[in-house]
Amino acid sequence: MTLRRAVFITGIIVLSVWTLLPIYLIALGAVGGRTVVNSWPKPFLPPADLSFATMREFLDIAGVWTSALYSVEAAVLCMAFSILLGVPAGYALARFVFAGATAYRLVVLLTRAFPVAILALPLTVGFIRLGLYDTPLGVSLMHTALALPFAVLVSASLFQAIPKELEEAAWVFGCSPVRAFLRVALPLALPGIAATAIFAFVISWNEVFAASVLTVRHKTLTAYLLSVLSESPLHVQFAGGFVLIIPSVLFIFLVRKRLFSMWGIANR
Amino acid sequence: MAAIIIDNVAKSFGSFVALERVDLHVADAEFVALLGPSGCGKTTLLRIIAGLETQSSGRVQIGGRDVSALAPRKRGLAMVFQNYAVFPHMTVRQNVGFGLRMAGAEPARIERQVARAAALLHIEPNLDRYPAQLSGGQRQRVAVARALAIEPSVLLMDEPLSNLDALLRLEMRAELKSVLREAGTTTIYVTHDQTEAMGLADRIAVLHAGRIQQIGPPTEVYALPATTFVGGFVGSPPMNFLTLPVTNRQVQLGALSLASPAGSTGRIVLGVRPEDLQPTAAAEGFPFVVRVAEPLGSHIMLTGESAGQRVRVIVPPEHPVRPGVTMHLRPRLDRVVWMDPASGAAVSRGEGRKLGTEAAGD
Repeated sequence: MTLRRAVFITGIIVLSVWTLLPIYLIALGAVGGRTVVNSWPKPFLPPADLSFATMREFLDIAGVWTSALYSVEAAVLCMAFSILLGVPAGYALARFVFAGATAYRLVVLLTRAFPVAILALPLTVGFIRLGLYDTPLGVSLMHTALALPFAVLVSASLFQAIPKELEEAAWVFGCSPVRAFLRVALPLALPGIAATAIFAFVISWNEVFAASVLTVRHKTLTAYLLSVLSESPLHVQFAGGFVLIIPSVLFIFLVRKRLFSMWGIANR
Repeated sequence: MAAIIIDNVAKSFGSFVALERVDLHVADAEFVALLGPSGCGKTTLLRIIAGLETQSSGRVQIGGRDVSALAPRKRGLAMVFQNYAVFPHMTVRQNVGFGLRMAGAEPARIERQVARAAALLHIEPNLDRYPAQLSGGQRQRVAVARALAIEPSVLLMDEPLSNLDALLRLEMRAELKSVLREAGTTTIYVTHDQTEAMGLADRIAVLHAGRIQQIGPPTEVYALPATTFVGGFVGSPPMNFLTLPVTNRQVQLGALSLASPAGSTGRIVLGVRPEDLQPTAAAEGFPFVVRVAEPLGSHIMLTGESAGQRVRVIVPPEHPVRPGVTMHLRPRLDRVVWMDPASGAAVSRGEGRKLGTEAAGD
């Protein structure tokens, strides 16, 4: 075994542990009950007396389902807005040459650099004035701002990967530019756009800070858990965390192939 | 079936002039090849005719209509792209029927036309497959079938055979020629391969640096090039050009004394093709020092020097040759052309009239 290979394998092990261990510990805490959570060292293998009782208990907490619904609502709205705004912007970036295109790409990316903490208070004030405070719609708008750079730039690279000749052929054979987009460019980009949509969903689902600040009585699940669970016993907190993880991990796992190709990792 | 008139078309991309005032008349059902090296503007001209680029000035007329401001779909033409541009998310059948579907034709008619085009291009077994499952040659046939299915009045082809291997190219060339001849479609064919142009076209337009240098039937472009560029570009191996001094309207070449065209003084360029130089005795020809001999099967190509300039000769395969040997050659005088050394343009042997570029061929 060469040194290089040893380093490579060690790196893989470290990364896997880094990612999987916390999930395992949370899962353990969620299904193991009080005893497991408070024991040290943690059992390597799951104990025999697993039960989903804690998780059921968690799901029975008043307000969990309603806040889950608010989360879904905000996430779906975020997904819709991101795609409706991001895909045409990405198409324009990919197909048209215009002054400021590079600057635009940079600016769109830089919006992510803004710390949400600084924006929180002014945003709250603004939302109150607009009547968007404490609504899933308001939260979704904030989340859209977070997901939009991703949607725009990924759509741009998706459309760039589609040869322009295909649309030109459509133009020659009877399509107006809009029809050519709908019949040729969009179908070919659709898998990538679907993956982008799911990623926007996950960004919204996971977001906790803005959701906490911008809602009071219609909290999303993340915000709700932050407020409610701070008082709960530890194993219930673990159960809540685990419930939150599941959808995200599941979605990302489902679209992982798309994400690989989007991020440029060749998939043979 | 329509005639095409390109009237004074010019195109610049910023400060780069891609086309300089091009005039071209293509008759109905004629096959014109736009031939030239990379960057000469031939694809730009084709795209302007198609409507994929807008000309900087000038007009394009198809079938008597001024289409200069019309979108591609309104010009009544079909195009075959260099990379085929076959839609990957549709079956071959859907691809071939695409134009007709977009035009809203009846399903029965679409099916008929698709079947006809598929039969012409021999792609019937592939009709329900996807392009990714086909080879390059098959995809190219799909692209041509898609263009023919709509029975266009004008067919534009942008180097459609350049991505195929040599043998396939040869086969497709012959097939294309017979299919298009039967259909009687006015065709403009862009290529950098002069054998393709020679084999397929009724007339060849040779382009260089954004200008048409010569338009004419292949035999004329081959035998009577209008400029040194045309002579050097058309024909493989290219034409030989010897710059020689003129004294008293005579040009001395070895033992030969040739009459130079009227009005020529100083120096003149003699153009003669490698196959028009015949080995002869010393007293009847000019000396040629052989440097390289390439046996190419059907003939031997000799590269060497005469009068201090590079000359190529083609001799029969059995001809005894050795590098370093000095042979004597005699040009076929009826196949010789004279060029002006400064401009590169052809000079007529007889009356001294310059053979310039021709705009209209009919």
